Amino acid sequence: MAERSVAIASRVGLHARPATIFTQAVAAAAVPVTIAKTGGAPVDASSILFVMSLGVGHGEEVTLTADGAEADRILDELVALLATDLDEEQK
Amino acid sequence: MTGTAPSVDAGARLSGVGVGRGGVVGPVVQVRPAPVVPADTPVLVDGAPADGPATHAVLDAAFATVAASLQEQAGRAEGSLAEVLTATAQMAADPALRSQVLARVDGGEPPVSAIDGVVSTFVTMFEQAGGYLAERVTDLRSVRDRLVAAALGLPAPGVPELRVPSVVVARDLAPADTAALDLANVLAIVTELGGPTGHTAIIAGQLGIPCIVRVAGATDLPEGGEVAVDAAANVVTVAPDEALRAELVERAQAERALASDTAAGATADGHPVALLANIGTAEDAERVAGTAVEGVGLFRTEVLFLERATAPSVEDQAATYTRALAALGGRKVVVRTLDAGADKPLAFATAADEENPALGVRGYRLVRTHPELITTQLAALAAAQEATGVAPWVMAPMIATAAEARDFAQAAHAVGVKTVGVMVEIPAAALRAEQILAEVDFVSLGTNDLAQYTMATDRLRGELADLLSAWQPAVIELVASTARAGKATGKPVGVCGESASDPLMALVLVGLGITSLSMAAGAVPAVRYAVRHHTLDTCQQMADAALAAGSAEAARSAVVALADPQVRAALGW
Repeated sequence: MAERSVAIASRVGLHARPATIFTQAVAAAAVPVTIAKTGGAPVDASSILFVMSLGVGHGEEVTLTADGAEADRILDELVALLATDLDEEQK
Repeated sequence: MTGTAPSVDAGARLSGVGVGRGGVVGPVVQVRPAPVVPADTPVLVDGAPADGPATHAVLDAAFATVAASLQEQAGRAEGSLAEVLTATAQMAADPALRSQVLARVDGGEPPVSAIDGVVSTFVTMFEQAGGYLAERVTDLRSVRDRLVAAALGLPAPGVPELRVPSVVVARDLAPADTAALDLANVLAIVTELGGPTGHTAIIAGQLGIPCIVRVAGATDLPEGGEVAVDAAANVVTVAPDEALRAELVERAQAERALASDTAAGATADGHPVALLANIGTAEDAERVAGTAVEGVGLFRTEVLFLERATAPSVEDQAATYTRALAALGGRKVVVRTLDAGADKPLAFATAADEENPALGVRGYRLVRTHPELITTQLAALAAAQEATGVAPWVMAPMIATAAEARDFAQAAHAVGVKTVGVMVEIPAAALRAEQILAEVDFVSLGTNDLAQYTMATDRLRGELADLLSAWQPAVIELVASTARAGKATGKPVGVCGESASDPLMALVLVGLGITSLSMAAGAVPAVRYAVRHHTLDTCQQMADAALAAGSAEAARSAVVALADPQVRAALGW
C-alpha cells in the first residue's frame, strides 16, 4: 500500500471547489483512495461528503493511501493537486 | 418564535430579519415543499410495488437523474451559485451516499427510509463540524428531497413557474431552488428558516431583491394573496392597504434616484470623503463588493467567534479574512480585532462574574486574560495578507490609553501588519487622541460606545435612549477633539458607528474633519447624496452650530436649518 502526506494549499481549505476538484480526480483514478487527517480515521477520498466532513483547513496535513500497481503514480498526482491552491486556479 | 400559527388576515404583520432596504408588494408563490411520505412507501414499477432488484435499479436511476439535473442547472448558473450547484450535484453523485443507500435497500430496508437514514448521518457530521459545513446542510437536504421525489415518481420539489412578478415564499431555499427561479419575475424572497448570512440572503443581496428571512408562519401565507415585503422594517404585511403600497412605491423611487450616483464620496466643492461599508462576514464582503463603496471601514470579526465552544484556529480565521480581502479586490479593508465581552459574551473568554461587563474585560482588554486570542487573530490576518497580497488595515477596539495603543501596534507590526489603528470609543482615548495617534497610523470613532461611555448610559436601556443620542453636544465635542488630533498629526480619523449612517450627522462629521464614514452598505446612497449637495464650508458651519448648541435637539435643529432646502425635502429632515 502506498501512502503520502501533504498540507492543503487551498486558502479556503478542502471545501467547496477544492473538494469538488479533488474528489473528481480521485473518482477518475479508478482505484480506491482513502484520505485521513493526521491521527484521524481514513475515509473514501472519492466521496465529497466524506472529504468535506473532515473539515480540513488551509495548511492542515492529510494522509492519502491507495493500493495497486498504479498507486504511486496516482498518489503523486493527487498530492500535486492538493499542494496547489485550487480555489485560485479556477478563477 | 412561538408554537402558534400567526394570523394571515388582511393587515397581519409577520416579522423576520430583513436583508437590504427594499420594499415591494406582490402575490405569494409558495415553493413546492419536500415530499412528505411514510418512510416505508414502496417504489412502484408498472403500478405495483417493485421487488428488490427492481427497487435497486429505480434508485440507481434516481441518483443519476438528480445529479444530472443539478449539473444542468449548474451549467446555466454563474459565479458562486454555479460553484455551489456543482458541489450539490456532486453530493447527489457521491459514491459513498449511493453505495450506502443501495446497500440498505439490498438488505431489505424501504427506499425512503434508506435515503433518510444515510442522509441524516451526513447531516449530523456536517452540523457537528459547524461553520461552512453546517450551512451546506440545506443543500444536502435538497439532495434528499430530490432523490425521494425521483425514486417515487413525484414531481421534483422546488419552485413552480412564475407567470407574473411574485413574492417567492419558502421554508428555506437551497441554491438549487434559487437557480430554478426566473429572477425577472422574483419581486422578493421570504423564508421561514435561513439566516441573514445564508446563501438565500447573499444571493438576494447580490441581485438587489428585497428579502426577509426567519419569518415565522410565512409558509401559511395563502398562495396568490398579495403581501408587502419591507426588508428595511423587517416585516411582511398581508393584504397591505393603499397607504403602505404608496409608501413603498415612493421609497423605491427615491432609493433608485439616490443609488444612481456611484461616484466617489465628496462634498459639493470636491473635498473627498471616503464612503465605506460595515461588514461582519466574508459573505458580506462579497455582497458589498458589488456596490459603490470605496471599501470596508469596519469588519467586525466577532461573528467568527460567537456561538463556538472554542476559539477558531489561525487557519479558520485566515480562510475567512482571505475570502473577504479577495472579494474586495484591493479596496481598503479595516479589520477590527475581536470585540467580545459586555453585550457580546464568548463562551471561552468572558468571565461570568463581571458585575459591570461594559466596564470590564472586553475588546482589546482581553489581552490581559486571554493573550492567545489576539496573537492568533493577528497571525491569521498576516496569513490572509500573505495569501492575497492585500494589506488590511487592522484596529483594536476599547483602547483607553496611548500605552495600550503602543502595545497593540507593536504586536501587529511584529507579524507584518502594515497599517495599524485603534478605535476611539472611550472618552479617555478621545481626550488623548493626539498621544494615541502618535503610536498608530489611524483611529476610527465608534460613536455608539463613545456615547454610552460619555453619557454613562447603558446602550440596552430603552428608557434612556435620549441620553445616548449621537447629537449630544458632549459626544460631538469628543468627536471634534479626536478630529483635531487627526489634523494635527496628519493621520486619518474615521467614524464607523451608527452616526455615520445618518446623512445629517454625516455632514457634521465631515465639517469636524472626519476623513471617512463607514456604515451599512444600504445607507451609503443617502449619505453620498447629502454630502454631495453641501460644501465643506457649509459642513464646517454645521459642525460649529452643533458644538454651540445647548442640547441634542437644539444641535440637530441648528444643523437642519443650515441644510440645503432641496436635500431637506428629499430626505425628510
